[in-house]
Amino acid sequence: MTDNDILVEVRDLKVHFPIKRGVLFDRTIGHVKAVDGVDLRIPRGQTYGLVGESGCGKSTLGRALLQLTAPTGGEVVFDGVELTTLPPARLRAMRRRMQMIFQDPMSSLDPRQNVESILTEGLQTHGIGGNRDERRALIGEALDKVGLPRWALSRYPHEFSGGQRQRIGIARAVVLGPELIVADEPVSALDVSIQAQVVNLLDELQESLGLTYLVIAHDLAVVRHISDTVGVMYLGALVEEAPSDRLYTEPLHPYTRALMSAVPVPDPDVEDRRERILLAGDLPSPANPPAGCRFHTRCPWAQPTRCADERPVLRDIGGSRVACHWAERIASEELRPNHAGAGVTRASDGGEAPESVPIPAPTVKADSTDG
Amino acid sequence: MALLDVNDLSVTFARRGQRTVHAVDGVSFSVDAGEVVGLVGESGCGKSVTSMAIMGLLPRRPGTRIGGTAVFDGTDLLGLDDRARRDIRGRDVAMIFQDPLSSLNPVIPIGLQVTEVLARHRGMTGDTARKEAVGLLDRVGIPDPNRRLKEYPHQLSGGMRQRALIAMAVACRPRLLIADEPTTALDVTIQAQILELLKELVQESGTALVMITHDLGVVAGMCDSINVLYAGRVVETARRRPLFRTPRHPYTAGLLGSVPRLDSGRGEPLNPIPGSVRDVLSWPEGCAFAPRCSRRLDACLDETPPLVRTHDGRSYRCVDPVPLPGVVPAQAGQPGTPSPERNEEETRD
Repeated sequence: MTDNDILVEVRDLKVHFPIKRGVLFDRTIGHVKAVDGVDLRIPRGQTYGLVGESGCGKSTLGRALLQLTAPTGGEVVFDGVELTTLPPARLRAMRRRMQMIFQDPMSSLDPRQNVESILTEGLQTHGIGGNRDERRALIGEALDKVGLPRWALSRYPHEFSGGQRQRIGIARAVVLGPELIVADEPVSALDVSIQAQVVNLLDELQESLGLTYLVIAHDLAVVRHISDTVGVMYLGALVEEAPSDRLYTEPLHPYTRALMSAVPVPDPDVEDRRERILLAGDLPSPANPPAGCRFHTRCPWAQPTRCADERPVLRDIGGSRVACHWAERIASEELRPNHAGAGVTRASDGGEAPESVPIPAPTVKADSTDG
Repeated sequence: MALLDVNDLSVTFARRGQRTVHAVDGVSFSVDAGEVVGLVGESGCGKSVTSMAIMGLLPRRPGTRIGGTAVFDGTDLLGLDDRARRDIRGRDVAMIFQDPLSSLNPVIPIGLQVTEVLARHRGMTGDTARKEAVGLLDRVGIPDPNRRLKEYPHQLSGGMRQRALIAMAVACRPRLLIADEPTTALDVTIQAQILELLKELVQESGTALVMITHDLGVVAGMCDSINVLYAGRVVETARRRPLFRTPRHPYTAGLLGSVPRLDSGRGEPLNPIPGSVRDVLSWPEGCAFAPRCSRRLDACLDETPPLVRTHDGRSYRCVDPVPLPGVVPAQAGQPGTPSPERNEEETRD
């Protein structure tokens, strides 16, 4: 893969939010390290899926990539241009080429603007289309692309169903002719039967317009479905990155394994056969992440050496990038999960009693402030 | 006789100047002790209204009508007066809600909210109640329960709050538990913990569990039998395996076909159900799913499809169901066609 094929490259990106306290003078008493040193590359025309639980920093990463949140450190290179140091005027011009789709179409569309006005706003800002007729033509094309009828132009967001609203949000991004679209939870607010419509639409648009996607979602099944490469985040850092199929067939990081095993599959036969890795406790606070490997407090495979004091870096293992000291030995089953931290249950046949039913053990620090 | 027998439950909301909404329309199902029954459907299908009606939680307004029966252990829950209902609710029948933050009182410590239930139904006070509450929190996997008792809901994480809510629900060892989307607001790893906890409760105490969810994956792992709802009616009822292996109603089949699965590959196109839940006929005008259905016939728009009961205990509401594999599809409109699943009694609601 040559460098020309890489549309977006993120190097050691950091976003730290200060925690302030004080009556008259705000004193910074610490930082929430929402994103703490992420490297990733997205090849042109491909989809990079970012998964992780709430609070892992995946949305902040997406926003920092688009410079909607100022990064604390690191670089974002978009098509050869470094964005973090770009003057505001030039950054604004770049924004046409990178757009965003939001989770909740009801709150990301202005209820008092009709669809035409919503779609025109971006065109005007970027000076696309000389007059009203030209803009109308562009908007019409965008509506066709997302499968909305022309009469939608004069309607307001509340007149549409959830799926149609999300299509308006997609049209607003597509009308500017972007190269990169960051989609933050594009389908999670939609009903199951509608999700599939939007997922298919995103796939079609990618094919016809050659779009590059960064899809941020917590639903692993959706991400697997539309991504070429998937990155798994935990407490502000990538713990594993692999081609979509490989990640699902051969997850290497203990967190990825736990995550995969926790996703319910709509098939009773699969559900009854699955080995479930139950993680203990909640996500630790990103303001005070554990030392060493950030996952070691919940990791069923945590070892007495290295895990607690040495932060693992992403390293290549047969095509995946994994941040775990023991990934190979876990994959070869040389290391077995210890039952102190969590339990592995295997449902017996017929979906009756799991053979061992451990209550998730309270090993995690009790003052985790997740939410 | 099942522990809970819901028969022909219907809920309508009428407002002056607007069309009456049939939120729930002739829903029947039953739950035995130790059984997990699922109510599955998308938003607006009436699954939550069903549970609220059973629990007597729907606001009393002039326009709200509740019909049918919900017989719990010989008593019709719908016919009870407020006093009798309050005695049963929380003691014999308990409920777990979707969003733990809005169903816990934000200005009262967790401990008091748990002991309140114990005081009301089990007459426990003071130290006995506190000890019992510690036991309950410990039982649902909340670490350091003594300290947690003094904390307020906002100090707990989402998973903890849901555990606290479950602790309150099981405080009086209810015989029936209704869980309305208990894990929808939670992350998958926390969801797995909570589902495991609910499974344990059912196995250990023989509690009957009604699981209300939109997530077919959760249903596949938990429920013994499943009712699929669409536009306020049960469109298909089956045991877990048959439902997923051979869905008969086109809506069930459509739902299963449209869900991306973790074990399917990249780029396999999904088969969405066209249209949206808004495109709904009212049932008296035909099958409510007909506008979105790929197997629609003219007959679908003429009258409400009757509930067909097959000999293996399944039932569905469709005149032209998805054929079973290896069976020549019966022609719709000719009920006499000799095919194995057609020679059963057809009952009509």
